[in-house]
Amino acid sequence: MARPAVSPLHSSPHAAFAPTAPSAAPTGAAPDSAAALVLDQVRKTFTIEKKQITALDGVSCAIRPGMVTGLIGPDGAGKTTLMRLCAGLLTPDQGSLRALNIDVVREPLKVQASIGYMPQRFGLYEDLTVLENLDLYADLQGVEAEARAERYAQLLAMAGLEGFRGRLAGRLSGGMKQKLGLVCTLVRPPRLLLLDEPTVGVDPVSRRELWQIVYHLVEAEGMSVLLSTAYLDEAERCAEVVLIHQGKILGHDHPRAFSQQVEGRTWQVRAPDMPKRALQRALSHNPAVLDALILGKAIRVVSRDRTPLQPIGLPSEIAVEVAPVAPRFEDYFVATLKDDHAAANGDNHITLRQTSDRLAGQDVITVDNLVRRFGDFYAVDHVGFRVRHGEIFGLLGANGAGKTTTFRMLCGLLPISSGACTVAGMNLRTAAAAARAKIGYMAQKFSLYGNLSVMQNLKFFSSAYGLRGARRSGQIDWALSTFNLEPFAATESQSLPLGFKQRLALAVALMHEPEVLFLDEPTSGVDPLARREFWVQINSLADQGVTVLVTTHFMEEAEYCDRLVIMADGRVLAEGTPEAMKEGFSGGVGREATMEDAFIGLLEANRNEANLKSAPQAAKASA
Amino acid sequence: MKPGRLLRVKGMIRKEWLQVIRDPSSIAIAFFLPMLLLLIFGYGVSLDAKNVRIALVVEQADSQSLSFAGGFYQTSYFAPLALNSIQEAETALRQSKVDGIVWLRHNFGRDYLRKDSPPIGVIVNGVDANTARLIEGYVQGIWFGWLEQQAERAGKKLQSPVQLEQRIWYNPEVRSTDFLVPGVLAVIMTLIGALLTALVIAREWERGTMEALLVTRISVVEILLGKLIPYFILGMGGLALSLAMAHSLFHVPLRGSLWLLLATSALFLWVALGMGFFISTIFKSQFVAALVAMVSTFLPAFILSGFIFDIQSMPPIIQGLTHLIAARYYVSILQTLFLVGDVWSVVLPNAAALVGMGLFFHGMVYRKTRKNLE
Repeated sequence: MARPAVSPLHSSPHAAFAPTAPSAAPTGAAPDSAAALVLDQVRKTFTIEKKQITALDGVSCAIRPGMVTGLIGPDGAGKTTLMRLCAGLLTPDQGSLRALNIDVVREPLKVQASIGYMPQRFGLYEDLTVLENLDLYADLQGVEAEARAERYAQLLAMAGLEGFRGRLAGRLSGGMKQKLGLVCTLVRPPRLLLLDEPTVGVDPVSRRELWQIVYHLVEAEGMSVLLSTAYLDEAERCAEVVLIHQGKILGHDHPRAFSQQVEGRTWQVRAPDMPKRALQRALSHNPAVLDALILGKAIRVVSRDRTPLQPIGLPSEIAVEVAPVAPRFEDYFVATLKDDHAAANGDNHITLRQTSDRLAGQDVITVDNLVRRFGDFYAVDHVGFRVRHGEIFGLLGANGAGKTTTFRMLCGLLPISSGACTVAGMNLRTAAAAARAKIGYMAQKFSLYGNLSVMQNLKFFSSAYGLRGARRSGQIDWALSTFNLEPFAATESQSLPLGFKQRLALAVALMHEPEVLFLDEPTSGVDPLARREFWVQINSLADQGVTVLVTTHFMEEAEYCDRLVIMADGRVLAEGTPEAMKEGFSGGVGREATMEDAFIGLLEANRNEANLKSAPQAAKASA
Repeated sequence: MKPGRLLRVKGMIRKEWLQVIRDPSSIAIAFFLPMLLLLIFGYGVSLDAKNVRIALVVEQADSQSLSFAGGFYQTSYFAPLALNSIQEAETALRQSKVDGIVWLRHNFGRDYLRKDSPPIGVIVNGVDANTARLIEGYVQGIWFGWLEQQAERAGKKLQSPVQLEQRIWYNPEVRSTDFLVPGVLAVIMTLIGALLTALVIAREWERGTMEALLVTRISVVEILLGKLIPYFILGMGGLALSLAMAHSLFHVPLRGSLWLLLATSALFLWVALGMGFFISTIFKSQFVAALVAMVSTFLPAFILSGFIFDIQSMPPIIQGLTHLIAARYYVSILQTLFLVGDVWSVVLPNAAALVGMGLFFHGMVYRKTRKNLE
């Protein structure tokens, strides 16, 4: 693993960047006793099915008081384990932890009495109302009866939940539940607040509101906050960032200090006359390029050094525009961790054995007035869109927006309440089985048989798809060689590295040479590097005429799509190209609008409209 | 008492209570299932054989044969079907039209008058061993009754070496309802105490609410108390409902004292709650907890408690096993209290066994429950 260039403790002379950071520059001499949380050589291992897994490997850090520290790393990096250790819910194998100067291992009860901890799935009692949930936590935290009315009013106002005191927690939307969970941990103001991935799967508006609450707590109540997240773009919202990867801390500094490491190596490349995927492929073959990422119409490039990027390898007649751009936190992550030698970008291109142009130029997926009701709840409410041949089409929305329900109907897995949809020319109401034969499906979770070897999985699924004889063995050979799975043929699938698991899942979905590929949250829980690899594969499939439909709640992932719809509360808010979506929304001072800005703008417009019509409708999770 | 403890326990109890009221499945387990069980066992299931269908084959219609056969028509235990030949009767038995055959050979009357013991053929369908044994007994009863009658008519006492004077104490009518309904109480208390508790705690683990509880100031004792008290009250409520039904619908007598019944029931409920907690400290998914609770508490309470199947007639190994089943002790207390009275020599040893089991389970729960996720 590459050594991080950032020194472990805040050595940067630059002022903190996040909105609520204290104005004083951090000094390396801050004594540990003043720290809100100190970890010293903490090691934690788990034994799962007789295999030992090291979740945290000698972690040391000191979280400073009175600010938001972000614990950032991809899924499986050890964030939740670290949080639970700090809350006294787990005991370390080695090392010591002190929270608010109390030994966590020795006096967990004392620590728990003075900190607030919000687990990833916060324990709201769904059959209790908002107020009853608050009452319970006030009782458990020993809040005096007289102080409650004022504290509740203050907290509910902060979370925007005043109007919902009597509503059952189970009937709140995902974002509101998350805010209520946060409020419940705050009934008695803690001095240290531990938030484990509070923003995961929450829609961007609620996400922004959650951040505002956190900032408010730091400013008004002087709270120290440790917040974990898998979204690298949230780093810039923190005063300090602890970057964690594979159980080790890679760096601890201001978010800006990380991105400054790659200052002068980030570029934006535009070539209006060239398809964006071809441009990306050409750029990634350039030896000077470390990483090339599609961002709307442009390609964002991280180069290997600070020498100005030369657009070599592109057709000479094409006009290419290269401009330096400000580095982001993710650029640092990629630059530090991307392995230069293995998995060169070209390896991820997938060449299909045969391509089909049967549907070229046609709409491969048509959806008209699609409705799915559960009782009187509309999970999908008159949705319509069209997907063209060879297109990558995205369904973007928060958890509970109706993406997965739409998806299941398109796969013929869920009956349609009303409306029409066709896939590859087949009507799903009348010929669901025939339509399914044209569809490759890759589910959110690794849904292959973990205790079968790679080869056994390929054999099983090829016969499940009805492949026989020479075609079957041909497809298995193709899958093994194209996805570089040959060395792993006899390996148990569950012990594959995450990236290879994903390759296997994709290989299985492509066994029967489908014309349409459905991807349901394909990259959730995958680190940014594996996500890049995956998208190179998907791009190459689209170039060969495979139509791809993908659901995601990662705003950034929408940039890879040719076109997309944004969904909320079961309805389509907007349809178009990523560029068209972003048009008309401002990104704040001095930066271009992002997909997230567009999403927030659309959602707010939608909510205002809904509020005019009726009282706010709580969306019920449809997943 | 630690500061704030009362507040925390009260908060937990209120929360638990609201959840019970709003969750239809808790209500179903606590109230509807007990009612259903009581109705099934009170009205439906009866271990008495009544109107047993038998084939009556009388080969020679002489006065002795007819008078003996008449006995079968007069009792409510049998619903006889007169057939002409044993072949027909065997066919009927094979087709399950009758459960037994009583066969009076052509020489019955003659042999009886000759003071020989005339043969009566009794063939019983042994598939249902319980009914088979009952038929056997009833036929013998009719036989003795008839002999007595015949002797009386001849003006003399029946010459028999032993006089059988049968008296059935405590349940003179031998109504199975009277001992089944008290047994059902044990099953109901197990259901509420063990199954419901194991379920609700596993649900807290599954929904992630336990993790949030653990990081508050609440201690292990307080969590346990907060769960114990509401479900104890719920269980006693279920008991009260069942007692009322037993009394008003099924007219089961209560010969012992009510306070002793309530005290021993509270004791058993405490043991059942201990078992429920114990299961939920080990199994943290609702599905597994429910299965384990079913197999380890509910089914044994049915089968091995002596509620339906007599413990004395079980093989010795199984008899030994029943000593591990808390319901066994409770059933024996219940049946004594309902049908006999306050028999301290039965109640005390059984209650002592319950105390022992309760201490074991609650002790294990206290030892095994930690305020962490390890």
